[in-house]
Formats: sequence, C-alpha cells, structure tokens
Amino acid sequence: MSDNSIKFPMRTPLGRVRNLGSAKGGTHHWWMQRVTSIALLPLTLWFVFSAASLAGHSFEATQAWIARPFNAVLLLATIGLSFYHAAIGVQVVIEDYTRGELARQGGILAVKALCWILALMAGLAVLRIAV
Amino acid sequence: MATFTLPKNSTIGTGRTYKAEAGARNVKAFKIYRFDPDTGENPRYDTYEIDLDKCGPMVLDALIKIKNEVDTTLTFRRSCREGICGSCAMNIDGMNTLACLKPIEDVKKDVRITPLPHMPVVKDLVPDLTHIYAQLRSIQPWMKTETAPPPDEERRQSKEERAKLDGLWECILCFCCSTACPSYWWNGDRYLGPAVLLQAYRWIADSRDEATGERLDDLEDPFRLYRCHTIMNCAATCPKGLNPAKAIGEIRQLMIERQS
Repeated sequence: MSDNSIKFPMRTPLGRVRNLGSAKGGTHHWWMQRVTSIALLPLTLWFVFSAASLAGHSFEATQAWIARPFNAVLLLATIGLSFYHAAIGVQVVIEDYTRGELARQGGILAVKALCWILALMAGLAVLRIAV
Repeated sequence: MATFTLPKNSTIGTGRTYKAEAGARNVKAFKIYRFDPDTGENPRYDTYEIDLDKCGPMVLDALIKIKNEVDTTLTFRRSCREGICGSCAMNIDGMNTLACLKPIEDVKKDVRITPLPHMPVVKDLVPDLTHIYAQLRSIQPWMKTETAPPPDEERRQSKEERAKLDGLWECILCFCCSTACPSYWWNGDRYLGPAVLLQAYRWIADSRDEATGERLDDLEDPFRLYRCHTIMNCAATCPKGLNPAKAIGEIRQLMIERQS
C-alpha cells in the first residue's frame, strides 16, 4: 500500500497492483536457498567435527590436514556455499525490511560484494595451503 | 524501513465505558476499537459491559446487541452471521477471525476487538479493502478457456480432478489470513498475500482452466509470490480451517516443475 499509493496517487487500484508486471524471476533464488541449505547440513556438521578434532593440534598438523585434497575440496565447497547462502538469505531480509529503490538495491549490492570478497579471501587461504 | 511503532495520530486512547444495566449477573466487558475520521481524533477503546444472559453466544451477537441497544454509532460489517459471507472479519482477542463464528465464552478475560490489522481504517471496525480487492482482481479469479464448452453439457472434470479443489474453494475471502501475515504487513503493496495466492492456486489447480502457464507467469515474481516465508499465521488464523501456505507451496512446486 505504502510505496505505490505515494508514487501514483491518481492511479486506479488495479493499475497500482499490476504496476510494472511480473519480474518473471525469483524461483531460482528461492530454490537455491533450499538447495544450499540442504547441502550445508552435512558440510557444516563435517566442518564443526573436523575443527573440534583439530583442537590442540600443532600449526603444522592443521596445515597438513587442510592440504589433503579431500579436506581442501570440502572446505572450498563449504566456503562457497556458505557465502552464497548468506548472500541470498540477507538479500531476502533487505527486500523485506527496506523501503526505497536506492536502499534496497544498494544494500543488496553491498552484501553481495562483501560476501564475494570474504569468500574469495577464505578460498585463497585454503588454496595457498593446499596447492 | 518498515515501521514497527504506531504513528502519533494512530495511538489508541481510552474512551467511554458503558456500564451494564443494574441487576445484570453475567457481565462481560467488550473493549472495542473506535475511530471516526470526521472528528480527527485519535482512535480509542470504548468499553461496553454486556449481560451475557440477555445476549446470543457469538461475538457478533454482542456487537449487534451493542449497536441496537447501547451505542448506535458503533460501525462494523456483517451480513450472513453464519461464516459464509466473510464480512465480519476482525481481530478478536488478538486473533483474526469471524465475529459470527467466535464464541464469546472462548475469550477468558475482556473481549478486545480491533479491525483487521495493518489495513487503512474507514471507521471503527471497518477496514479499507480496496487494495486487496484489486490484488484479487489482478489474478483474474475466473475460468479462462479458449476451447468452447461442449454443447448441451458442462465442462467435464473427473472426481480426482475435482478433489484437487478441496481446501481451496471453501475460501470466503474474509482476508483474515492476509492481514495476519507479517510479510503482507511489510510489503503488501507488492506481495499478493495468502488469500489472493490461495485464490490464484484455486484456478491453477482447476483442470478445466486453460491458462495455467500464463497464471504462473504472472505470479513468478520475487515480491508477488516469494515474500511468503512460511510463517504460517495464515493457516493458524483461518476461520474456515484452510491452509493458504500449502497452496503457496504448491505454486512454487509448479514453478520448479516447469523448469525441469
């Protein structure tokens, strides 16, 4: 009600509702939220148990554990999926609670940029040890 | 940002108290939201004490008694008084429901009544439903076909196909669900809300309708459809016991199905 009635005070109610039409999107975003959350269930459990079992081990032993191809691959998958999942999840929160095109688009782009940078940093850290 | 507090001119004050008549033994207090756009005053709660021994069992009976015998200025919508027209939808004791289906004895303390939440108020318990009716119209809630109907016969449907409409056709469009949905509160200008999406699915699920794909096209939108976060207030509040969230889930399943 709020945004559109201010933007188009003289428009008919049906005209306001139809507005710019359907974006023909959103399905992929919603589906990926579900898929990544299911994929992250085993990955997160594996990561938490691995991190716990590494407690007390030396720096070298931890590095050697990361360098093992199996662990490195799963770590990269966990990093990629976690930040992707976080980015599209926070996007929904921003879409829910912010008003105005600028705040909405700006917020979404900022969150995506942050998640990209953090994911690349974490990924690079694994690769430098593993490769 | 979404507003979480009421604006100054919407905060609710305390109004008059109408005492029960002397000698009344079974007294129940009804705290009712009052707002008159003509006075420019803030809304208020008026309290009406009603002798339940001289009143019907439902909340609507008490409202009609108040309007007839105590205060004729009390304004609310009602028509069928048996849960089929959807007119008397309001928030009673913190839950959206139909006044005609809500027994007074279900409310343990004072009966607090407010209009359906987060809609513009026309007067007292009457919300402005213009926008939500336009949203309903936008999903074209009627059968769309190109094939002409068979001569001298209705359009055929198997029993199984007809069964798919159960849990959908019963909706009376009271909008208890949409006005109970936080997503609809925050983004009601673009999100269609549970009631309208259930109606949309009622036509998508109808085997006689030939516009399923176009209907899905129109709904495939981050705001129109995907604001539903399965909060489930819609199913909890529906006075007819329907589950709009399930209908929304079915629509999403079809969106995936047509891509794979």
